[in-house]
Amino acid sequence: VITTTEPAPRIAARARSAPRARRPLRTWLFAGAAYLVALIFLLPYLEMLVMAGRPNNELGKPTIFPSHFTFSNFTTLWSGDGLGGSIGTSLQIAAGATVIVLLVALPAAYYTARRKFRGRTAFLLLVLATQMFQPAAMLVGIQREFINFGLPPTLSLIVVNAGFNLAFAVWILNAFFSSIPVELEEAAMVEGLGRVGALLRITLPLAAPGIVTALIFTFIAAWNEFLVALTLSLGQSPSQQPLPVAINNYIGQYSVDWGHLFAAGLVATVPVIILFAFIERRVVSGLTAGAVK
Amino acid sequence: MVSMPAALRRLKLGRLVPLLWLGPAIALIGVVVLWPVVVMVQSSFQQIGGEGFVAGYNGTKNYTRLFDQPDFIPVLLRTLIWVVVVVAVTVLISLALAQLFHQRFPGRRVARWALIIPWAASVMMTALIFKWALDPNVGVINVILHHLGVVRQLGSSQADWLGNPTSALAWMMGVAIFVSLPFTTYAILSGLQGIPGDVYEAASIDGATSWKGYLAVTLPLLRPAILVATLINVINVFNSFPIIWEMTRGGPGYETATSTIYMVELKQGNVGQSASMSVINFLLVIVIVLVYLSTTRWKEQVDQ
Repeated sequence: VITTTEPAPRIAARARSAPRARRPLRTWLFAGAAYLVALIFLLPYLEMLVMAGRPNNELGKPTIFPSHFTFSNFTTLWSGDGLGGSIGTSLQIAAGATVIVLLVALPAAYYTARRKFRGRTAFLLLVLATQMFQPAAMLVGIQREFINFGLPPTLSLIVVNAGFNLAFAVWILNAFFSSIPVELEEAAMVEGLGRVGALLRITLPLAAPGIVTALIFTFIAAWNEFLVALTLSLGQSPSQQPLPVAINNYIGQYSVDWGHLFAAGLVATVPVIILFAFIERRVVSGLTAGAVK
Repeated sequence: MVSMPAALRRLKLGRLVPLLWLGPAIALIGVVVLWPVVVMVQSSFQQIGGEGFVAGYNGTKNYTRLFDQPDFIPVLLRTLIWVVVVVAVTVLISLALAQLFHQRFPGRRVARWALIIPWAASVMMTALIFKWALDPNVGVINVILHHLGVVRQLGSSQADWLGNPTSALAWMMGVAIFVSLPFTTYAILSGLQGIPGDVYEAASIDGATSWKGYLAVTLPLLRPAILVATLINVINVFNSFPIIWEMTRGGPGYETATSTIYMVELKQGNVGQSASMSVINFLLVIVIVLVYLSTTRWKEQVDQ
């Protein structure tokens, strides 16, 4: 049936106009290339799934795919010194850092967007400078400072992650507040909402996309952060260590427990990828806004 | 107190108002970003062992002993090559990818979404996946290369990519490029979206072919996006830690270590010397950023 009907639309398409028939082909070529690129970007993480579901007795076999898929690595993640405690620690760090960043960045971003005052440029430059420096560049200082403070590692990690993600939050919130007309706030104040009412009912809801972006970005960055976590949680019990450090505990001196490592990796990675999909478009503007201004 | 003129009081209080709004942010930056730099510089002149005990003032000995290390200069040179190669290749590939993902085609949203995965996932996990995939005996890359006939025997030294400094660095640069592509491509994509369509119409009237049009019209308009993306990449790639740490620990010896890895390795035995390495690392970041900014601005002046 197919062979008899197939030539007809082709001839019809050719009959319509020759140059127009070229366009769909071009589109599909682009689509094909893009799908291929997307697949390449996806493959390493699919391999993580394949490895996590590989039966343990097949770990030493040079095969691309396991003979069957097992969930045993996922179910045994939680026994003994399991991952539960580390997930809790990482949640505390990521949530704590996010709350601090929002509490600190919101007033700073709002004020710099609304008022011209002495020291405004200096402040924004200071924020931009912090974006240029990463914890890796000053690790020794961070380690010695926070050990001298005597803070528990989880609390130290909350503060450090908040500090290094503040710049992004200030920039993106500043951009959002600047784009909201002052007149809107003034009108609300005239309507009897008052300054605080105008801020809470008008300005913050309008800046919500920026706030959500700052929130998710900080959460993900703190959740994924590895080097400072590794340095400050050294010698802690595994359940007190953040997830990225705990995942490294599957790497023994002589052998690596790849099955559990990748099962834990999926647990750590999948939620973050889903969260990131919500903010992907605005993240770029937040990261580059500071440098452009 | 009552006799104090109200205007003066208001002026003094008025000056403090910005501090009320910005104070918490300044305090946080001070504690987390600025003070560690002070501690780091101070530590670089002290004798501190691996366990963190301060044995006293050490003058510039940490620095002079660091410069005498046979690994010091190779580590710095390797860091330079690491940054230049990774960032340059990342930007070149991203220019092509951005062009591709800027086209209209069915399923573009989903394809773009797949592109962000290496950005959202932790770099540590991505590095561990590649470490596994390059396992000489059972790693999936080696298994595929074996099927293709590139790797003659599994478990051989040829399959041990991470055991040889040159091939290890090449693979790790590949991973670094892989995780840098999403942000860079997205930054250039947002630059492409900012170019108005009539610019292209004007160019096509002038008879510019697509490649010529790209070089003459698109690329110059993309300049700001490329500059910012490059700068952010340089800083990220220079400070990159998880890839080399997970895949080779900088070994064999220090033959695949960049300055960040070297600094962390030193910290385990000699915190003072690690601090002096950090200070040099820190100064290098500043120098790279300044050089980059001034050369690009210099070019701008030449172009005009």
